[in-house]
Amino acid sequence: MLRLLGRKLLALIPVLFLVTFATTALPDLVDGSPVAQMLGPGSTPQDLKDLEHEFGYDKSLPVRYVTWVGNALTGDLGESLKTRTSVMDGIAERFPVTLELAVFALLMALIVAVPLGVWTAAKAGGRVDRVIGGVSSGLLSIPTFVSVFILVYFFANPKMMLAFKPTGWEYISVDFAKNIEFAFLPALALALAEIPQFQRLLRSDMLATLQEDFILTARSKGLSTPYVLFRHALRPSSFSLLTVSGLTLGRLIGGTVIVESYFAIPGLGQGMYQAINGKDIPVVQGTVVVIALIYVLLNTLVDIGYSLIDPRVRAR
Amino acid sequence: MAEPTTTGSPTPDEPLLRAEDLRVHLDTPRGLLKAVDGVSFAIERGETLGLVGESGSGKSMLVRSLMGICPSIARIRGSVRLDGRELVGVPRKEARTIWGNRIAMVFQDPMTSLNPVLRIDRQLTESMRLHLGLGKKEANERAIELLTLVGIPEPLKRSRSYPHQLSGGMRQRVTIAMALACDPDVLIADEATTALDVTVQRQILDLLQEIQAERGMGMILVSHDLGVVAGRTDQIAVMYAGRMVEHSPTADLFAHRRHRYTEALLGAVPRLDVPREQRPRAIPGSPPDLITLASGCAFAARCGAADDLCRAQRPELGEDLGTHRFACHHPVGTDAPAGADAASGDGADEKPSLMKETPA
Repeated sequence: MLRLLGRKLLALIPVLFLVTFATTALPDLVDGSPVAQMLGPGSTPQDLKDLEHEFGYDKSLPVRYVTWVGNALTGDLGESLKTRTSVMDGIAERFPVTLELAVFALLMALIVAVPLGVWTAAKAGGRVDRVIGGVSSGLLSIPTFVSVFILVYFFANPKMMLAFKPTGWEYISVDFAKNIEFAFLPALALALAEIPQFQRLLRSDMLATLQEDFILTARSKGLSTPYVLFRHALRPSSFSLLTVSGLTLGRLIGGTVIVESYFAIPGLGQGMYQAINGKDIPVVQGTVVVIALIYVLLNTLVDIGYSLIDPRVRAR
Repeated sequence: MAEPTTTGSPTPDEPLLRAEDLRVHLDTPRGLLKAVDGVSFAIERGETLGLVGESGSGKSMLVRSLMGICPSIARIRGSVRLDGRELVGVPRKEARTIWGNRIAMVFQDPMTSLNPVLRIDRQLTESMRLHLGLGKKEANERAIELLTLVGIPEPLKRSRSYPHQLSGGMRQRVTIAMALACDPDVLIADEATTALDVTVQRQILDLLQEIQAERGMGMILVSHDLGVVAGRTDQIAVMYAGRMVEHSPTADLFAHRRHRYTEALLGAVPRLDVPREQRPRAIPGSPPDLITLASGCAFAARCGAADDLCRAQRPELGEDLGTHRFACHHPVGTDAPAGADAASGDGADEKPSLMKETPA
C-alpha cells in the first residue's frame, strides 16, 4: 500500500510541472498585460510598468516560473490581481463548498444508480429494464443548464410540494440544516447528469458477472435472489463504476461552473470562471494546481479501492 | 451422521430421489428446445447414478433442473420427488429450502465456481447460516471441520484465504466442502473433475466416493467419460439429445451394452489394454439440433445400424426402473439390418425392448 502511494506521488510530479508551467506561461500566450485591468482611468505607461514589476510580469518566463514554484512550496500562491487578497485564502474558502457539493452529488447519484443498475441487470430485457433504460436515455440527453430550470421550477417553487432554496449558500459549519436546503438542488442537478451513465455501466458489468459460474454456485445454495445480487454479484461488478465515480468526483470538483453560477454558490468553479473572465492569472494558477492535486489524489484512492473490491489486485 | 427427518411422510417404498417424466424445455427465439425430454430415474440412499453423454446431451440441464438453476427461459415439467416431497412446480421460496440444504451440487470448474472476492469461510458458512440457522461462530467451527474432512491442510488458515490463493485441486475440495455444508441427502457432481488434471481427478473422485459411503448420501455423477463413472456407480444412464437411451445397473451395462450409442461411446474411449492398431473410434457426425429434432431415433443419422424404422419411429425406453432399459430398434447383439430395405422387424429383439436382466 505504501509503495503504491509512493509510486502515485512520483507520478504526480510531471503532471504538476506541466499544469503549473502552462499556467505560468499564460500571460505570454494572450494579448495585453494581465495587470492592465488594475489601472484606473488616466494612468500612465509608467504606472503599468510599475505594476508589472510589482507582480513580476517584467521577468522572463523561466524566472517567473521558478519564483512561483518557490513561493508555492511555502504555501504562498500569490495575490489576486483583482482583489489583491491571498489566492490561498480564496481557495481555502471556496474549496470546501465545492467539495461538499461534489461529494453530495456523487452520493446521491450512487444511491439511486446502484439499486437501479442491479435491478435492471437482474431483469434484463424485461419491462422494468426497458422503462428505466428509456428514462435514463431521456435524462442523459437533458443538459445541465436545462435541468436546473426544471428542478428550480418544481422544487424551489413555493406553490409546489417542496421548497428548497433556489439560490445562495450557507456554510455547513454555520448551519447544517440550512446548508442542506441550499445544497440539495444543485447537488441533485449534478447527480441527475451522472445517474444514467452510472446505472448503464453497472447494468452491463452486472450482466457479465451474472453469467459467471460462481453465481450459479451461489444460487445452487438456495440463497435468495437479492442476496445473490447484492452480496455475490455487486462487488465483482463495480470496477468500472468505481473508476468512473473517481473521475466524476474529480470532474465535479473542477467543473461545476454551470451549476455553481446558476445557484450562485461561492465555490471553486464559480471562482475559476470569474478569474478566467478577469484574466486573474494567479487565481487561475492556484486553482488549477489544487484541482490537479485532487485528481491525482482521487486516482490513488480509486486504485486503493480496487484492492478493497478484489483481493486478487492486492496480490499483484 | 443422523439425518433430520423430512417434512412430509416418506412412504416406505418411496426412493430417496425420484424423477418421473422430467422435461426441461427452453423457449428460445428459434423455437422450443427440448433440452431434457421425459427422463425418469430413482436413487436410493447410498446409491450413485452415473449420468453420461456428450456435451449438449442434456445431462447438465437435467441436474440443473434439480437445483433450480436453469436459465429463466426454461420450463420444467414432470415430477421430481425428494423423500416423497415434490420439487417441480412448487413456489421458488419453498424449493429454496431444499436447494443447497438437502440437495447440493459440485460444479465443473473450481477456478470459476468460487466467488473470487469473498473469503472461503464466507462462502462455506452462508448456506449453513441460511438453512441450519447457525450463528457465526458455530458456522465457522463447522467450516473448519468440513475443510478438514475434505483433506485441506491448515484448514484454519485456508478458511481465511481467498479462492485465488488455492490450487485447482484445493478449490475443488472447497466446493465439495461447500456442497456438504448442510449435510445433504443428495450430492450432484456435474463434471466435477473434468477441469482437473488426472491425478487430482482421481483423488477428488475417491474423496467423493468415501464421503458418500460414510454419509449414505445419494449421488449423481455427471460425466462425458464412461471411464470415470465405470467403477464408482451403481447405475448408469446414457443420455443422448435430451433423452436417456440406455439406463441400467452399472455391471450390467458394461457386460451387455445394448444401445448402439453406448457402444460407440465406449469405442471412443482411449485404452491402454488394447493393441495399438485399434485406435479409439470417434463417433461420426455431431449431435442433432434439439430444436429441429425429427420424429425417429435421434441417433439414427450417426448410427451404422439405422434403417427406415429408426428414422420413422422413435424407440421407447422401458418404464421399469431398476432393470436394464434401452431405447433401440436394433440393439447390440442382434444383427444390424443389411440395408435400408430390411426395415420391418423380424425378431423380438428389434422391438422397443424392455429386456429384463438380473440387477447387479
